[in-house]
Amino acid sequence: MTNVERHAYDVVVVGAGGAGLRAAIEARERGMRTAVICKSLFGKAHTVMAEGGIAASMGNANEHDNWQVHFRDTMRGGKFLNHWRMAELHAKEAPDRVWELETWGALFDRTADGRISQRNFGGHEYPRLAHVGDRTGLELIRTLQQKIVSLQQEDHAETGDYEARLKVFQECTVTRILKDRDRVAGVFGYVRESGRLFVIDAPAVVLATGGIGKSFKVTSNSWEYTGDGHALALLAGAPLINMEFIQFHPTGMVWPPSVKGILVTESVRGDGGVLRNSEGERFMFGYVPDVFKEKYAQSEEEADGWYTDPDTHRRPPELLPRDEVARAINSEVKAGRGTPHGGVFLDVSTRLSAEEIKRRLPSMHHQFKELADVDITAEAMEVGPTCHYMMGGVDVEPDTAAARGVPGLFAAGEVAGGMHGSNRLGGNSLSDLLVFGRRAGLFAAEYAAGLGPDSRASATAEQVDAAAAEVLRPFGAAEGAGTGSGGDGSGAAAENPYTLHQELQQVMNDLVGIIRRGPEMEQAMERLTGLRERSRQVGVEGHRQFNPGWHLAMDLRNMLLVSECVARAALERTESRGGHTRDDHPDMDRLWRKVNLVCELAAEPPAEDAGAPAVTLRRRPMDPIRPDLLALFERDELLKYLTDEELDA
Amino acid sequence: MSSYTAHFKVWRGDADGGGLQDFQVEVNDGEVVLDIIHRLQATQASDLAVRWNCKAGKCGSCSAEVNGHPRLMCMTRMSVFRRDETVTVTPMRTFPVIRDLVTDVSFNYTKAREVPAFVPPKGVAAGEYRMAQQDVERSQEFRKCIECFLCQNTCHVVRDHEENKEAFAGPRFLMRIAELDMHPLDAAEETGLNRAASAQEDHGLGYCNITKCCTDVCPENIHITDNALIPLKERAVDRKYDPLVWLGSKIRRRGQ
Ligand SMILES: Cc1cc2nc3c(=O)[nH]c(=O)nc-3n(C[C@H](O)[C@H](O)[C@H](O)COP(=O)(O)OP(=O)(O)OC[C@H]3O[C@@H](n4cnc5c(N)ncnc54)[C@H](O)[C@@H]3O)c2cc1C
Ligand code: SF4
Ligand code: SF4
Ligand code: FES
Repeated sequence: MTNVERHAYDVVVVGAGGAGLRAAIEARERGMRTAVICKSLFGKAHTVMAEGGIAASMGNANEHDNWQVHFRDTMRGGKFLNHWRMAELHAKEAPDRVWELETWGALFDRTADGRISQRNFGGHEYPRLAHVGDRTGLELIRTLQQKIVSLQQEDHAETGDYEARLKVFQECTVTRILKDRDRVAGVFGYVRESGRLFVIDAPAVVLATGGIGKSFKVTSNSWEYTGDGHALALLAGAPLINMEFIQFHPTGMVWPPSVKGILVTESVRGDGGVLRNSEGERFMFGYVPDVFKEKYAQSEEEADGWYTDPDTHRRPPELLPRDEVARAINSEVKAGRGTPHGGVFLDVSTRLSAEEIKRRLPSMHHQFKELADVDITAEAMEVGPTCHYMMGGVDVEPDTAAARGVPGLFAAGEVAGGMHGSNRLGGNSLSDLLVFGRRAGLFAAEYAAGLGPDSRASATAEQVDAAAAEVLRPFGAAEGAGTGSGGDGSGAAAENPYTLHQELQQVMNDLVGIIRRGPEMEQAMERLTGLRERSRQVGVEGHRQFNPGWHLAMDLRNMLLVSECVARAALERTESRGGHTRDDHPDMDRLWRKVNLVCELAAEPPAEDAGAPAVTLRRRPMDPIRPDLLALFERDELLKYLTDEELDA
Repeated sequence: MSSYTAHFKVWRGDADGGGLQDFQVEVNDGEVVLDIIHRLQATQASDLAVRWNCKAGKCGSCSAEVNGHPRLMCMTRMSVFRRDETVTVTPMRTFPVIRDLVTDVSFNYTKAREVPAFVPPKGVAAGEYRMAQQDVERSQEFRKCIECFLCQNTCHVVRDHEENKEAFAGPRFLMRIAELDMHPLDAAEETGLNRAASAQEDHGLGYCNITKCCTDVCPENIHITDNALIPLKERAVDRKYDPLVWLGSKIRRRGQ
């Protein structure tokens, strides 16, 4: 067998963002020996970048808020494609998850009476987002990180070893879930720093790997977002759902080119920022869709009044759900009413004093000043849509976060599908991480504890060898190219991983982006197949120690696999809904609401062909919504989404 | 848009040694040093090792020394250099090199673990925490820290004295102690832990001679020295030498 380090734990959590850390805390508190694995340093996961806030109906800013209102907003935002049970659990449990953070040392901004302050956000009926200026994600991740440290301190006091029950393996990448027949048996990966290979034997694995944005050219996401968890689940035999739904955040930076895509938080609009086109027109009034007509202001006057008197005014259309705003901006720019750098103007300087802006939006102020020479307290920003969030993901049991079809596998956070339906509301991700991170940790712990030591199995030597061969193959390709035989023995020259990645990003951006068309997506499928073929010849220079070229070569497999899911599902769904907009099928179709598209791995290819697995697609009916939850809506509203038969059933 | 070719010197090597390597590389409008390092990876040195995540100054991964100044590479605009100026990028000096621009920062994680965690107040249920904005603001300033470790890299107590690493937590983690000490609801005192005194006795606060070099390099503009370290020193001195304060805290604790 290949030379690998071998460890054993009860629960392995892949990912150290909000979802992963919350899962690890829970599993450890339930007495499980728990390992957390992450690609970056501890405390640097994507969650650290979240800005605006965390949604929870604590009712601190408006006492009318409660879980039912939050549930309704979430279902509307997702155009009723959300798994209603997840949306229900999320709305009910979010307040407890936020309050719990305070007992671990978090310091949110406060209301006048000393409670947690809550701000407005798109699609949320009341001010609902707990926040710390515009660095809420940092507060969240640091609090969880410090809670982990405090648990390690307890273990140290008891056993003399900080890592006796909870260990973080930082800068390690997992490349395979290992199995014993149909069940999870552990994970395989490599240490980024040294290139050493490792196996962790464990009966329960929680995927908390985040999103997929790095498959797109213009994105707010970091290098980590290569869809690893999505691909790991597929390769392990678990299905993915809702992969056609990708959120393009309406406001990313558009200039200078090197920062294109970097996020401009929605708090700018929540705190009063308005959108205008190059003609100075506040264009969002023209883009309020029928389903939302009653809830949004019709005039500037009414919209402006809402900031001080929300009870007698309707909300400004800048605060529509993100999919609506992103499409509107896209249309304005296409119609020739864009800014010099191809965006629209976002201005908060006319609403708030310079001092207020610096207090409420400090990191936006800093970001624009440092990176674009723009002073947002005095001038407008230029913004445009950017690929931001993956609604689709691992198909999970709502209550337990267990992946369907693979016992021992769990998923939470952005890598899990269902909760947000076709479009996520701002602030609903951070709360999702905590609610379902905790549940994943809890049920993974129960599952592992229930198995007992005797019924645990470890992966076979053949599996480990195959996983090792897959990881080491790019080095062979580079050598092979010199001697005239590629890694797969076909004799082709080695491909550069950076070049392949750039081509992939271009294909997804241009052909499966914010506005989609059938023929373009067919073209995308062809291009993806070509890229997949070429990726088999990917080769890297140098050695295994902290080699970014090699790391990217590994991530490419995942990005290609996930991109194929996105393109296939997007081609299949012939309607427009949430984060999926078809130019050739512009309307929302009530029949499509009843359908989830499920992606599965076609057939596990032998290890030498691991660059080329293909995906199959099937339709699956959605679970009917529980009647007491349906009763929270007016029938008139439901008729916009549900068929008459569904309502009369 | 205008572009030009810049001269870069980048340190390459590993624990066994290395040196500066010369590159000629394209630079475009609005780019930052990290963009140029990425261009080198994509076009000239695919295995050039560097850490980064957010590219927006939020995660604290891309710390290095640019022309000798400790900086975040993603927040260092190329426009601050003359076009004919050579830009030299080297890894943080205080931490052992792993490869190229990547250093072993485990020192910081070790120190983080040695600072006792927040102690929740007894008898206050989750959801019942009440704190005034003005009371949380002092600690909030310190919680802006993105753990880039540039202050840890810069502080002369450890930068030039490897032997002090054992006893000295460094500005970032002394500031963490100050943050907890100023937390309106931290109940460490009730467990017999005096955070300020312990900063002095267990975490090497005494080594700091308030030169403010840490504050100068902090990309979050946190006033580490003025707002965290100096007040912490004052409190440590008060608590240690003021017998009334000492007695008062004993009596209060016994009463609970
Ligand atoms: C700029 C920005 C601002 C945002 N603002 C908000 C906001 O205000 N409110 C809100 O609710 N949401 C916001 N979001 C969305 C939200 O931040 C993310 O959806 C969320 O943080 C994802 O958390 P996670 O725990 O699922 O994953 P992450 O925090 O991304 O963590 C993923 C973890 O998995 C690890 N990992 C991945 N692949 C592997 C592998 N192969 N092996 C080992 N480890 C692996 C990574 O290293 C990382 O530790 C924002 C997103 C962005 C980009
Ligand atoms: S002020 Fe203190 S901690 Fe900061 S650099 Fe100077 S000696 Fe170091
Ligand atoms: S205090 Fe400032 S310099 Fe030090 S680690 Fe934190 S952000 Fe970096
Ligand atoms: S990459 Fe995150 S701070 Fe520079």
